[in-house]
Amino acid sequence: MTFIDTLQSIIPIALFYSAPLILTSLGGVFSERSGVVNIGLEGLMVMGAFVGIVFNLTFAEVFGAVTPWISILVASIVGAIFSLLHAVASVTFRADQVVSGVAINFLALGLGVFLTKQWYGKGQTDMVDQPFYTTDIWLLSDIPIVGPIFFQGVYAVSYVAILLAFVAWYILFKTSFGLRLRSVGEHPMAADTNGINVYLMRYIAVFISGALGGLGGSVFALTIAFNFSQATIVGQGFMSLAAVIFGKWHPLGALGAALFFGFAQTLSVVGSSIPFLADVPSVYLTIAPYLLTILALAGFIGRAEAPKANGQPYIKGSR
Amino acid sequence: MLSTRMINLIVPIISVVLGLLAGAIIMLIFGYNPIAGYIALWNGAFGNVYFFGETIRQITPYILTGLAVAFAFRSGLFNIGAEGQVIVGWLASVWVGASIQAPTIIHLPLTIIAAALAGALWGFLPGLLKAKRGVHEVIITIMMNYIALHVANYLIRNVLTDKSDSTAPIENTASLASEWLMEITGYSRMHYGILIALFAAVIMWFLLEKTTIGYELRAVGYNQHASNYAGMNVGKNIILAMMISGGFAGLAGAMEGLGTFGYMSANSSFTNLGFDGIAVALLGGNTALGSVIAAFLFGILKIGALNMPTSAGVPSELVEIDIALIIYFVASSYIIRWTLLRFFKKEEK
Repeated sequence: MTFIDTLQSIIPIALFYSAPLILTSLGGVFSERSGVVNIGLEGLMVMGAFVGIVFNLTFAEVFGAVTPWISILVASIVGAIFSLLHAVASVTFRADQVVSGVAINFLALGLGVFLTKQWYGKGQTDMVDQPFYTTDIWLLSDIPIVGPIFFQGVYAVSYVAILLAFVAWYILFKTSFGLRLRSVGEHPMAADTNGINVYLMRYIAVFISGALGGLGGSVFALTIAFNFSQATIVGQGFMSLAAVIFGKWHPLGALGAALFFGFAQTLSVVGSSIPFLADVPSVYLTIAPYLLTILALAGFIGRAEAPKANGQPYIKGSR
Repeated sequence: MLSTRMINLIVPIISVVLGLLAGAIIMLIFGYNPIAGYIALWNGAFGNVYFFGETIRQITPYILTGLAVAFAFRSGLFNIGAEGQVIVGWLASVWVGASIQAPTIIHLPLTIIAAALAGALWGFLPGLLKAKRGVHEVIITIMMNYIALHVANYLIRNVLTDKSDSTAPIENTASLASEWLMEITGYSRMHYGILIALFAAVIMWFLLEKTTIGYELRAVGYNQHASNYAGMNVGKNIILAMMISGGFAGLAGAMEGLGTFGYMSANSSFTNLGFDGIAVALLGGNTALGSVIAAFLFGILKIGALNMPTSAGVPSELVEIDIALIIYFVASSYIIRWTLLRFFKKEEK
C-alpha cells in the first residue's frame, strides 16, 4: 500500500465523519458568539436526524433522488424552529442557559423516540431508501494526485459543510450583521446603547444554530446512520460543542477542530488496514481523538477566551 | 406575601406539575387517556412490593450522580463527566470485588473506597487542567467520558476476562445485595446501597454547610476573584471540588457493580446515569436534600414508565418528555416567579 493509497483510504472517510460535526459546531459558534451557551447542540442534532429520516422515509417516492437534499433542508428548518424553545427560555425568560440546553437535549431525544414508537410501532425506524451516495466531484476529481485523494468517492455534503464554514466566517467577521451579533455577545449593554436590538440578535443567533444543528444531525443520519433510534446521535453534539471551544469560538477554528475529530475517528476505523498502525492495540486508536484533544487544549492552543457575556441573560437597565 | 424561601420551594413543585400537565396534554393529543397513563405509572412504581424495590434500586445511583453534579455546580463547575466517573467507579468496584478474598468487614469498604477513588481520579484531571491551564471543564469531562467508556470496555475484554463481554461475578463478601431485602420486595434487585446513597447526601450537606472546606468551595463557586483576594487557594479548591464530585459519581458506579448487577458488561453506549444526574441536580436546586427528593421523583418516573406500555398502551418514552419539560420549566423559573409575585400582589390589593 503506497502513501497515496493510504491517504485515499483515509481522507474521504475523514471528510464524511467530519461533515456533521462541522455543521453543528458552526451552529454552536453563532449561538455562543451572541452570548447564548448552547449545550443543546446534541438535542438539535437528534431533532435533525429524526426529521431527516422521517421525511426521507415518507417522501422518498415523491422526490426520488433529490430526497436527501430536501430532507436535510426540512430538518434544518424544523431544527431552527425547535431551537426557539431554547431562545425563549434563555433570552426572554432569563433562564440559566446550561439548564435550558440540558432540557433541549432531553426533550429532543424523548420526542424523537416517542414519535418513532408512535408512528413506526417500534424503537427504531426503517432504513431509508434514499440516503446520500458518494460521488466524484465534477472536474476537480480529474486533477492528478489531489483529485483521487480529495474528490473521488466523497459526499458532496462534506464540501457543502466546509463551504458553509467560510460563509459563516464571512458573515460573522466581514458584515455589519456579524459585528452586531458578536457585539451582543461581548458587551450587550454597549450594543444596546448603540441601538442594536440585543434580544432580536440573540434570537436570530440561536435560530441559526438550530438550523445548522438540524442540518448536522440530518447529514449524520443520511450519510452514516441511515435510520433513527435512541442510539443514532450519541455524543456527536457534545463533540461539536468541544469543537466550538477547541476552535476558540471561530468558524474556521471550529472547522479545523471538526476535521481533526473526523480524521482521528477515521484512524480508529481504518487503522487496522494501515501498515504503520496495524500493530497498535485498537483501544489506543479509539481513544486517540479524545486524548489528543485534551493534550492540545492543555498544551498547545493556550487559554481559550469565551465571548465575554457568554451565558449571561441580558436584562435591560441593569448595570 | 411570599418569602424568597417559600418561592424557592414552590417553583420546583410548580415545574413538576407543569411538566406532568404538559405530558398529559401530549397523551391527549395522541389519543391516550392521560389519567389511565399516570395511574399506570404510579402502579408501575408502587403497585406491588417488586416494583417498589426496583424503584428504590433506580433511585440509589440517581441520588449519587445527582450529588456529584450538584456538588460541582456549588463550586462553580459543570461536571458533565459524571457519566465517565460512574463507569470507572463501576469497573473499579467489580475489579476489587472479584479479585480479592477478604471478610465482608474489610472487603466491602475496600471495594466502595476503590470505586470512589476511581471516580475521584477521573475528576482530578479536569480539575487540574481547569485550575492550572484554565481549560474549560465541560470539554475535558466530555472527552474523559469517552475515554472511560472505551478503556473500560478494553479492560473488560482483554484484562479482566479472556475476550468475554462481561466480568466474573464479584465475591459475596463484596456484595451489597441482600437476601432479606430481595425477599421482602418480591425478588427485586433492591440492595443496601440506598443507605450509602442517603448517607452520602448527609455527608455532602455537612461538608458544604458546616465545614471550612465547604465554605471555601462555595466561595470559589460564587466568585473566584474575591476568594483569591481573601487568601483562598482557588486552584486547590477547584481540583478538590472535581475530585469529591467524581467520588460521588464513582460511588454510583459501585451501586451498580456491587448491588444491582454484581458484574460489569462491556457497553456500546453510555449508562446515562451521569447525564440523568444533571437533571436530578438541577431540579434539586443543587442541594443535598433537593437532589435526594429529585432522585426519588425521577426514579419513580423512570421505573413507573416501564408499566405504561402494558397497562395503558402509552410509550414509556413519554416520561422522558415529562422530565425534559420539568427541567425546561425549572430553567424558566424566572417567569414562574414573576407570575407568582404578580398574582400575590394583586391579592393584597
